[in-house]
Amino acid sequence: MQRAILILFLLLLGSGPMILSEFHITLLNYIGLSALVALGVVLLTGVGGLTSFGQAAFVGLGAYATAYLTTATELPDWLAWAGGSPWIGLAAGLLLTAIVAWLLGALTLRLSGHYLPLGTIAWGISIYFLFGNLGFLGGHTGISGIPALELFGHELKSGRAFYYVIWVMLLAAVWITRNLLDSREGRAIRALKGGTVMAEAMGVDTARSKIIIFLIAALFAALSGWLYAHLQRFVNPTPFGLHIGIEYLFMAVVGGAANVWGALLGAGLITILKQWLQDLLPKIFGASGNFEMIVFGMMMVLVLQRARDGIWPILARLVPADHGSRTVPQGDALPRNVMPQASADILDVRNVFKRFGGLVANNNMSFTVRAGEVMALIGPNGAGKSTMFDCISGVGSVSEGEISFLGERIDSLTARAIARRGMSRTFQHVRLLPNMSVLENVAIGAHLRGTKGVLPATLHLERAEEQRLLAEAARQIERVGLKDSMFEQAGSLALGQQRTLEIARALAADPCLLLLDEPAAGLRYMEKQTLADLLRKLKTEGMGILLVEHDMDFVMGLADRVVVMEFGEKIAEGLPDEVQRDPAVLEAYLGGVE
Amino acid sequence: MDLQIAILLAQDGITNGAIYALLALALVLVFAVTRVIFIPQGEFVALGALTLASLQVGKTPGTLWLLLGAGVTVALVDLVQALQRGSHRRMPRIIAWNLIYPGMAAAAIFLLKPAEMAMPLQIILTLMLVVPLGPMIYRLAFQPLAEAPVLVLLIVAVAVHLALVGLGLLFFGAEGSRTPAFSDASYKLGGIVISGQTLWVVGASVTLIAILYQFFERTFYGKALRATAINRTGARLMGISTVMAGKLSFLLAALIGALSGILIAPITTIYYDTGFLVGLKGFVGAIVGGLASYPIAAVGAILVGLLESYSSFWASAFKEVIVFTLIIPVLVWRSLTTHHVEEEE
Repeated sequence: MQRAILILFLLLLGSGPMILSEFHITLLNYIGLSALVALGVVLLTGVGGLTSFGQAAFVGLGAYATAYLTTATELPDWLAWAGGSPWIGLAAGLLLTAIVAWLLGALTLRLSGHYLPLGTIAWGISIYFLFGNLGFLGGHTGISGIPALELFGHELKSGRAFYYVIWVMLLAAVWITRNLLDSREGRAIRALKGGTVMAEAMGVDTARSKIIIFLIAALFAALSGWLYAHLQRFVNPTPFGLHIGIEYLFMAVVGGAANVWGALLGAGLITILKQWLQDLLPKIFGASGNFEMIVFGMMMVLVLQRARDGIWPILARLVPADHGSRTVPQGDALPRNVMPQASADILDVRNVFKRFGGLVANNNMSFTVRAGEVMALIGPNGAGKSTMFDCISGVGSVSEGEISFLGERIDSLTARAIARRGMSRTFQHVRLLPNMSVLENVAIGAHLRGTKGVLPATLHLERAEEQRLLAEAARQIERVGLKDSMFEQAGSLALGQQRTLEIARALAADPCLLLLDEPAAGLRYMEKQTLADLLRKLKTEGMGILLVEHDMDFVMGLADRVVVMEFGEKIAEGLPDEVQRDPAVLEAYLGGVE
Repeated sequence: MDLQIAILLAQDGITNGAIYALLALALVLVFAVTRVIFIPQGEFVALGALTLASLQVGKTPGTLWLLLGAGVTVALVDLVQALQRGSHRRMPRIIAWNLIYPGMAAAAIFLLKPAEMAMPLQIILTLMLVVPLGPMIYRLAFQPLAEAPVLVLLIVAVAVHLALVGLGLLFFGAEGSRTPAFSDASYKLGGIVISGQTLWVVGASVTLIAILYQFFERTFYGKALRATAINRTGARLMGISTVMAGKLSFLLAALIGALSGILIAPITTIYYDTGFLVGLKGFVGAIVGGLASYPIAAVGAILVGLLESYSSFWASAFKEVIVFTLIIPVLVWRSLTTHHVEEEE
């Protein structure tokens, strides 16, 4: 059904210039240009959880770059070769935009979320004034006489001729974006919204993913600017100001920022509404001015209060969804890591302290984990077990002490670097992406086992590797017993199953040390048995397992050695039987005998 | 540039910087308490200045219509909610604040001939018109989204900014206004002329900051706001209403904004959209303080004022470019001192 609607839409779009009036063609051209920018905002805001108010400034860079290069009569010597050609203008605009976006991104993206939007506001204002005040860009009057595009020997002078250029480029951009999101890099990008800690622990470089989407969004905007300059054949600073940048964001949010088609819908709605309001409001108010701002502002507040996901999801609900492929992915096994020698020490925690201000959460902790054993870390609530996990896996930092993994100091490494060395973990409070399928969630675990980057992903040239990654994820899902839920949304699973999903995700990384934080919590008796069997099997394969768990039957039946913590300190260590008789442990768990 | 000019520019910079400092404080306050990055802060500056200017020339300020409109809308929303929840006891209060108060303000303007009043009374009347808009805007735009992520709140803030600028254009028109100076006096201090208005601005800013400090340190409501800023859930468990804290912080932001507008109206011509740039410069100051530290934000704001005044001397066309590019070294520094990967709210 959805496919049929898409084909109908494309047919209508394709036949547009043959049936529509000049006015409607112009309107559609502007919708296409705006949708291209809004598409970038969808990627940035709806998918990645970042926001930019300065996209109009990138449109301006694309437009001014080509306007200057194609019209300037006295280019400086070093630039003379680049004059006259719109295509060189395009390349220059994209390059310039990429540099600026990269710089801005590098500056702001490592900071907490609101610095990027604030940075883009400042940048949007600066560039607007810069356009207006630089003599060689024509100041506030702008640049006119920009040549028309020439394609296969035809000069594209009319809007009707330009129509196909705009819409082909827009649809290509939609295609690229959809391809990218449906890939290894795409899963990393989709994890940015609400899953950065998890993604980093799975080895994703989240800062890099952020820069990538910011760059793509900026490049889409610059492309739109280039098209605008050659369609309009004239540029001045007005359409590149901050308020237009805000409008692009509104398009994405009103349309539906989580979906690529939301960008087209939003661009269409806002462009048509603006046209209509600009006619209507001055008549009502009896004065001229940009009064549509009032309506847009209020509308935006209402949309965010009443339908935060925009209009697209509401429309999409009306049409029965095509079920995506539900066949279990098949593919060759990925290469495995070499497991360390059996019963060698793989993790060595030595005199580790972790302090939060005056609170000592880990006080002089020391223990080891060997390959091919289950080491259990137990203790009453608040003993500091999960803090210890965070220190080992690099999610938190160590205050003092040494942690070595496979003979290498790791206590100052990032979670990402530690994951790369063959350690994987689950979280006590599950961290998964509730709107992604179980399969995709688990595939994030295999992130480091793929190598193909953004470019092949945009063109879907990495399908062979992708297939192997998904097949690996499917195998791990089957292994932990979630096969029946493989295509469900992760958020729809029961809590116990979500924990099991986290184990599959950790296993997909092919670790030699597995850190499990309360894996049996929320599981039923039979499920616990299955989990215990799985862990025993992993152990015989040579994996080391560090386990935090409260279910004593589960722990004692499974663990080879036990470390008991209380108030951040180790109070006992030994075989399960020994520990259970230890007076200090009995006191910690049951209270002292007065 | 000789020393004379340098000192003159410094005086200019400090005057503007004092205003930016006030705005920076308001921004930090609103962000800390409500997590809203309050982009429309500058609109209150414009509203304050333009309202005073209208009153002085005997025009009905457009702010009145804004107040009446916002009041009616808030009353409707709140009354419907009160009916649905069966809390009839709240109704008289809702009607009093949102319908009767704006009505009385309208009566005051039409009956009292504000143009003939003394300036302090005009200022009080201005504040009475502008300041209630703060909590009303909080009620309409932000309160329903109080638990939303910072990003959503930011987009709403931008939307409110846009609507207010449009309304400003509708009610005040495109012409700018300027009000007479508070004092025409000028003082000579070792060969340097200091204008009375400068002293007024700096004096008023310092006084206001001192009062705010006392408010936060000494009063119950001030402490409640601080508690909410530190830990919203914790404060709520202690019986501090988040709605009250939100409205109060918006009230203070509106008050600070309107006063800033009144203070600079004699120095620069204010247009309906001037407030945005003024507010953003306060923002640059606030960002210097990491949106968290009041003293650093104030110092940052003064720095912005000085930078602006000197760059307007050397490269006046690029004044705005230079001021907003200041944000970049600040961001570099912040970026280099932050290492942690954290989950966004």
